[in-house]
Amino acid sequence: MSTPLLTGRRLFKAHGSTPALRGASVELHPGEILAVTGASGSGKSTLLHCLAGIVRPDEGTVEYAGERLDEASEARLGELRRTEFGVVFQFGQLIPELTAVDNVALPLLLAGTPRQAARERAIAWLERFGVRGQEALRPGEMSGGQAQRVSLARALVTGPKVVFADEPTGALDSLSGEQVMTALTHTAREAATAVLLITHDAQVAAYADREVTLRDGVLAAEAAEVAR
Amino acid sequence: MSTRHVLLGLLAAGPSHGYDLKRRHDEQFPQARPLAYGQVYTTLQRLVRDGLAEVEGTDSEGGPERTLYRSTDAGAHELTRWAGEVMPPAPFVTNEIFAKVVVSILASGDPAAYLTAQRAAHMARMRELTAVKTAPGTDLATALSADYALNHLDADLRWMTTTAARLTTLTAEVDSA
Ligand SMILES: Nc1ncnc2c1ncn2[C@@H]1O[C@H](COP(=O)(O)OP(=O)(O)O)[C@@H](O)[C@H]1O
Ligand SMILES: [Mg+2]
Repeated sequence: MSTPLLTGRRLFKAHGSTPALRGASVELHPGEILAVTGASGSGKSTLLHCLAGIVRPDEGTVEYAGERLDEASEARLGELRRTEFGVVFQFGQLIPELTAVDNVALPLLLAGTPRQAARERAIAWLERFGVRGQEALRPGEMSGGQAQRVSLARALVTGPKVVFADEPTGALDSLSGEQVMTALTHTAREAATAVLLITHDAQVAAYADREVTLRDGVLAAEAAEVAR
Repeated sequence: MSTRHVLLGLLAAGPSHGYDLKRRHDEQFPQARPLAYGQVYTTLQRLVRDGLAEVEGTDSEGGPERTLYRSTDAGAHELTRWAGEVMPPAPFVTNEIFAKVVVSILASGDPAAYLTAQRAAHMARMRELTAVKTAPGTDLATALSADYALNHLDADLRWMTTTAARLTTLTAEVDSA
């Protein structure tokens, strides 16, 4: 096996007095699509937030390409999120006032790409995800499946090394979900982008290369080892 | 469904005779066809022949004489092997998965470990089907048949997930039955 690209080791995180992670460890390899499954409340979203540097764990380490994210400055985490990481959530990450093309171009503009080049690349990504023709629509004017494919284009447009997807099809019907998952996994495999895919749906997890299951804030496999 | 393993599972609780085994089988598997007494009898004969069960003695309290059977060590071993053996993840395997879990509980086996292993086998098959279904240029018939199999495997998995979560309660119920 290759050296992991992203590693969380013995992560603990509580929200107030509620423990969400209780010693979870996980490795994501370069280009790997990893499904994280588990019951609701088992800590999946908290794990994703810790691994993506969105929240800091209370204990444990997060290492991305040799760099400790749990100790990194806010400025450095912000930079990683703009350049190396992409995120897709169930809904809500598109800016309602911006058109589809401006939403997708935004991460490029923030990274300093000139306006015209950013728009052209954004249009190419929209086309690739089958939402060409919708570029002038705002998120409220699109279907859930279209909006989610625009979100994917936005997550992938900067050519990230890792995409973090939290229930990306949670609000979609099965065929829209299939289009979103096919677009995500085919693009990620072509570009060798690693994906951390959170889902409670086995049919969505089946798009991944591998599955780990969280139970009460630890991986089920780790819990079984402790019990043994 | 494997009648011999179900009978071995029922014998794991202690010696029993044919009629009692039939009654407990029919209670434990209400969705299954009731066992014919003749089938119970021939299955017990074969278990004895194969060294998986043996005659414990006879019991004739008031009524006709009835032969009591008990499981042997080889029988207990074979039961553990079968209960942990992963099924080929084809659609419509649910009855056998269900039987393995119930029998595992009866025989104080490890249903949780079996469910984890079976989930891995189901997920591996679902990955293959998903790759086929979403490959560029897949024809409609292939996509439809992959969808059909995926939804049935998913139904198994949802039942298995619920069962894993319920196991503590289920074990208590089967024990007190
Ligand atoms: N912001 C928060 N404030 C308080 N509790 C939270 C918060 N976020 C999550 N939790 C709790 O932490 C646990 C894990 O939540 P989460 O990581 O969202 O799980 P999942 O994504 O698997 O549903 C749950 O018990 C949840 O209620
Ligand atoms: Mg969540």
